[in-house]
Amino acid sequence: MTYREHTKGEMIPEGSSRGDRGAAPTDTLTGRGTALGEWVAESSLLIISLISIVVLGLILLFLLMEGLPTFSFVSVKAFILGHLWYPTDEPPDFGILALIMGSISVTLISSLIAVPSGVMTAIYLSEIAPPKMAEILKPAIELLASLPSVVIGFFGMVAVAPLMQRIFDIPTGLNLFTASIMLAFMSIPTICTISEDALRSVPVTYREASMALGATPFETISKVTVPAALSGITTAIILGMSRAIGETMVVLMVAGGAAIIPGSLFDPIRPMPASIASEMGEAPFRGDHYHALFATGITLFLFTILFNILAMSASRRFRLKG
Amino acid sequence: MKKSMGVTALFTALFLMASSPWAMAERLAIKGSTTVLPIAQKISEAYMVAHPETKISLSGGGSGNGIKAVIDQTANVGNSSRFIKGKEMKMAVAKGVTPVPHRIALDCIVPVVHPDNTVSNLTMTQLKDIYLATITNWKEVGGADKKIVVISRDSSSGTFDAWRGLVMKKERVTPRALTQPSNGGLVTQVATTQGAIAYIALGYLNDEIKALRVDGIKGSAETTLNGRYPISRPLFMFTNGWPTGETLSFINFILSKKGQELVEEAGSIPLY
Repeated sequence: MTYREHTKGEMIPEGSSRGDRGAAPTDTLTGRGTALGEWVAESSLLIISLISIVVLGLILLFLLMEGLPTFSFVSVKAFILGHLWYPTDEPPDFGILALIMGSISVTLISSLIAVPSGVMTAIYLSEIAPPKMAEILKPAIELLASLPSVVIGFFGMVAVAPLMQRIFDIPTGLNLFTASIMLAFMSIPTICTISEDALRSVPVTYREASMALGATPFETISKVTVPAALSGITTAIILGMSRAIGETMVVLMVAGGAAIIPGSLFDPIRPMPASIASEMGEAPFRGDHYHALFATGITLFLFTILFNILAMSASRRFRLKG
Repeated sequence: MKKSMGVTALFTALFLMASSPWAMAERLAIKGSTTVLPIAQKISEAYMVAHPETKISLSGGGSGNGIKAVIDQTANVGNSSRFIKGKEMKMAVAKGVTPVPHRIALDCIVPVVHPDNTVSNLTMTQLKDIYLATITNWKEVGGADKKIVVISRDSSSGTFDAWRGLVMKKERVTPRALTQPSNGGLVTQVATTQGAIAYIALGYLNDEIKALRVDGIKGSAETTLNGRYPISRPLFMFTNGWPTGETLSFINFILSKKGQELVEEAGSIPLY
């Protein structure tokens, strides 16, 4: 129904030619056939784009319907701030603070690794690298983005974790640090490609003006190009981080899966997506555990929404300055 | 082998015809424990070959779900790696359902460590203390001076449930324990982690990991059957009341010699 109203609004300027029988058919450009064709094209595109909104709405509705019953047997405060996650015990404990802290810590540490390397690679690719080098590097980084997360997870589990264990002489390699490194692998391509696009879209005249004023290439990059592309770079960073917080397979395989608030870099953690993925299969349908997992999903969704709002507002704010 | 199956099928078919007049195009819904799932899968495949007119729909979902399906009468057979709980029995009685357990196989859970570990035997108390994190170093149980890395199955798994009941005596596994969603991942992790300890179903044992004796007894089909190995459990299929018709023939098939051979193929311990 909404699309029809919308279309009507859009069509008002041409509406007269459609309604009026005598005037329209003479002119081919505003003719009835063209107007109808345009109307069909416009509304079908609108419907297609609305489908994604409807799907999002339905998923959200489902998430809320399955998750909200949680708060009939555990208070919101006890759920968010509870330290103990023993969903299958009698009596059970549904506290996801350790899971939230796991997600936050792994996202922060992975972005500490991914942000500098991703942004610097982008700067190198767009500003410094000779074209031939960029031709090799860019596809390689894009290929990294297309690696399935299960492959990265498996690599982390079989190769990186034992290596960490040996290097740092720690009891287990499946921990916060290894998970952060593997997640950084996943978010570097996102951060790098979007940042690079932002840098490339900075007009060449900016650089030329800076050089003409006698600035060195380094000064041009740090004082002109990067600040001009800051909106894009910030968006890139936040999108990279939201990829890290929602990533499931890698953390399921390499984070260790212990529901504790990490006290050191080498503690195992259990981020929210890993908990949902590993427990959903066996949680009794519409039981307390099932609802609690959906409520965890709502929490995770709130986090990613927050990241997206941040990304949007950041890109707007910096754009105004630039 | 094919012949014995044929004979069983013939007998069950005869039995069917005698007992129920509506034996044509029967449907069997089976649901529940993922521990029982590989057994149920093998059995169902063989059963459908012998009874082409029967359609079996099989799904996992966990022991709780299996028993619930029987109580709600949404499945003919509910698989479970544990006995029915009092709460569930009350629910069943309230709905006029009488869940009947059928012991179809045995399962034995073995503690495993890295092959380089010098410890080869632990008592039940030591195992419990390790999983409570009151023992945290291998030297406390006679091994090298190395931190113990406790690995557990995910809290929803039936193996975890059995471990909690038999070893932990309902006390909580330390939250510091690493968890693995699958038996396979657990084996990989123990094989690559020097100080690791974990527990797996007997069928998953291989050369990369070392099985521990418990109270001096090696976990095997034999020690499970004679009841000396302490960490073993029966696997059940529940039906609503004493089974009739197709359900009865299915249960009989599992308990037959051929059925028990399939149980062994699926990695569990046959009843005889």
